[in-house]
Amino acid sequence: MDRAAIIGVGMTKIEANKSRETFADMAWEAVNKALDDAGMTIADIDNVVTTSSDFWDGRTISCMAVGDASGAADKNISCIEGDGTYGAFYGYMRALSGSYKTTLVTGHSKGSQGVSSLLTNAAFDPIYERGLGMDMISACAMQANAYMNKTGVTPEQAALVSVKNHGNALKNPVAQLPMKISVGDVMKSEMIADPLRKLDCSPISDGCCAVVIAHEAVAEKFKKRPIWVRGLAFRTDAFFFGDRDLARSNALAAAAQDAYKMAGITDPKKEIDLIELYDAFTYQELLWLEEMGFAEYGKATELLAQGQFDIDGALPVNASGGLMAGHPVIAAGLYRIAEIVLQLRGEAGAHQVKKAKTGLAHGVNGLCGQSHCVWILDQER
Amino acid sequence: MSDIFKGIEPLIYESKINVPYSWWAGDTASKFFINLRDEKKIIAPRCGSCGKVFLPPRKVCPACFTENTEWVSVSDEGTLVSYSVARRKLASIPADKKLPVVWGLVKLDGADTAILHFLDDVDPGDVKIGMRVKAVFAEQRTGGIRDISHFKPVR
Ligand SMILES: [Zn+2]
Repeated sequence: MDRAAIIGVGMTKIEANKSRETFADMAWEAVNKALDDAGMTIADIDNVVTTSSDFWDGRTISCMAVGDASGAADKNISCIEGDGTYGAFYGYMRALSGSYKTTLVTGHSKGSQGVSSLLTNAAFDPIYERGLGMDMISACAMQANAYMNKTGVTPEQAALVSVKNHGNALKNPVAQLPMKISVGDVMKSEMIADPLRKLDCSPISDGCCAVVIAHEAVAEKFKKRPIWVRGLAFRTDAFFFGDRDLARSNALAAAAQDAYKMAGITDPKKEIDLIELYDAFTYQELLWLEEMGFAEYGKATELLAQGQFDIDGALPVNASGGLMAGHPVIAAGLYRIAEIVLQLRGEAGAHQVKKAKTGLAHGVNGLCGQSHCVWILDQER
Repeated sequence: MSDIFKGIEPLIYESKINVPYSWWAGDTASKFFINLRDEKKIIAPRCGSCGKVFLPPRKVCPACFTENTEWVSVSDEGTLVSYSVARRKLASIPADKKLPVVWGLVKLDGADTAILHFLDDVDPGDVKIGMRVKAVFAEQRTGGIRDISHFKPVR
């Protein structure tokens, strides 16, 4: 099989309210940062994939509206609705198709401009469910209850995810919510939907991320050391919650196994050095780690309490601060990929982890993790 | 990114997306809703291959990829699979619901999959996964999911 690598990344600062910038302005910034990072000009890019959500953007075919600012004029531009990891998956397939050498992938959204509760309520089935008024937070609270009931994990134990990730964000200049907080602070914060308190939830955010994916034929012709895609897979669970085991994520377990197999990884705990995952809520970091095989089911909290997932721990998880420190929907998974690329290059600055040869980036699509995308990235081919 | 915008006040264009839209319920949901409305009965389609009974009703068995052709009656009682309690007035919550709002994922006896609905007539602190609940039908029924008013604990 042909190989492809990520050769450029660009991230806007994640902010609560980018009132000075439109969607296209954010794309312009992220795309130019990615091109500068790669040592490329827009002429070096042969096709563009933009990732966005019409409902979050408040317009139809939202992804087409950022093409100009993304340098897509006269190029092949394609659009993905979903998390940025899925846009990048498509970009990777384009690289492997033999028809494209350099694909620019962007993902953007602005949570600040809409009403998150109404937008995520609209993800429920309109005939059977939407009128009941659940949204992302109340849905994930339902999953958190199922998970905690099955494992015995407590809200206090999960709160440590928030403490760690907000703390890591103090070292990441693009993070929106760097905070030194305690478990007590999390447990005192407003209860939104039991057991999820305000500090268990990722914030509403604005941001855009861009990455350049190159076919192996050209991956080494630009400025930066290519970060190779070794494994990549996604899997999707049933749409209705009642069809799934909400306390588990079978789709993530399967996606991770597929990605490990492609990468030739037999012992992920030993072979993966760091992880950036989709911690939209505190319990999710624990559940996702367990389903990917980094802890026994219900036991990730013990490793967390031991400091194993800290920046200087045995397996750093969300050294960037993760989604807890900034959650631009759609772009969030692409930020995870960009963060792993910076880490594997040794360019992550204050939140650089010590050992970083092989990293895992993870994105989610759908309510309560219906679909998961897992990337294994590596310094070496 | 550039100095030429220094001191410019960022303006906001206020708008609202409000597009009338009709979702045709389709044959499967219509049959289910008509039974709720006219008979206060909960029915569900069953897969002819694997025998699974699906709520909410749908035309196709996702496991067998075959069309469900048979309908069965399921109980109005079942078991709580999980739940959620909203303490904040989330924008998505219907105007007629008072805080705290409790939702349940309920697996009715005779069904293989669980359905989302409200839980009520219960203190949120007393809600437990595995508890037995029963459907309470709405007095005014119009042929929709809220023809079931809510589920309440079986005492
Ligand atoms: Zn079947």
